[in-house]
Amino acid sequence: MAISFDEVEVGTELPAQSFPVTRATLVQYAGASGDFNPIHWNEKFALEVGLPDVIAHGMFTMAEAVRVVTDWVGDPAAVVEYGVRFTKPVPVPNDGVGAVIEVTGKVAALLEDRKVRVDLVATSGGQKVLGMSRAVVRLA
Amino acid sequence: MPLDPSFIGRTYPPTEPYEVGREKIREFAVAVGDANPAYTDREAAKSLGHPDVIAPPTFPFVITYGAAAQVVNDPELGLDYSRVVHGDQKFSYTRPVRAGDRLAVTVSIDAIKSLAGNDVLTVRGEVHDESGEHVVTAIMTLVARAADEAGE
Repeated sequence: MAISFDEVEVGTELPAQSFPVTRATLVQYAGASGDFNPIHWNEKFALEVGLPDVIAHGMFTMAEAVRVVTDWVGDPAAVVEYGVRFTKPVPVPNDGVGAVIEVTGKVAALLEDRKVRVDLVATSGGQKVLGMSRAVVRLA
Repeated sequence: MPLDPSFIGRTYPPTEPYEVGREKIREFAVAVGDANPAYTDREAAKSLGHPDVIAPPTFPFVITYGAAAQVVNDPELGLDYSRVVHGDQKFSYTRPVRAGDRLAVTVSIDAIKSLAGNDVLTVRGEVHDESGEHVVTAIMTLVARAADEAGE
């Protein structure tokens, strides 16, 4: 059920997704990734270095954003390039609710060799949190 | 003090191989909430043509970031890590990382720039498997905020 290059065009939208993130999510991601920077779990430390709150790992947001692509194509190996710029942090309050990362994506260019470029937009609290968020994907 | 531009082009020796385990991939996939069966179910991965479970696209950062510690902690370079934020990140894949891989990373400094008093450092990690096949290139840009801005 792979997506065929022949069925997409510039402007084809990928199914949008929302990804919740709580303090517990960040602790779990810290453990799995090995990134124990205290700005991602220690509120006192985060405030001392001038952040508004504990913030999500940029790499966590990057991992969530590409799920819009990998869930669309099915085989994650179809992603041949993926890059983002971290433009704004995602503050994660300790209120039991946390934050939500909203991700949309659309086909921005048709490339050679049945590849397409997908441009992603990731926002949280109405702020764009990633810039230049692009994946090159090889379709069937 | 700005970073010394003579470090541009410096390449560090390849790291000792990182052995990718199925349970580590599962732990990472669970932590990002990603239920794609290619990460946890061997049969599902095989039906997609992979010899074993594969890792999510951002997993290689776990390995390349560890390898980049050579640069970050290089006393000769003198990066003040307490002022560093992750500016951008890019991956170019030859194939996905998969369980059973033993991966070595060769880290190089691609660029050092000074922008508005901030040091901008671009570090490239070339990841190869034991047979020498290229797996993925990870390019990380770190921004060290100017000292007088720290704590703003």
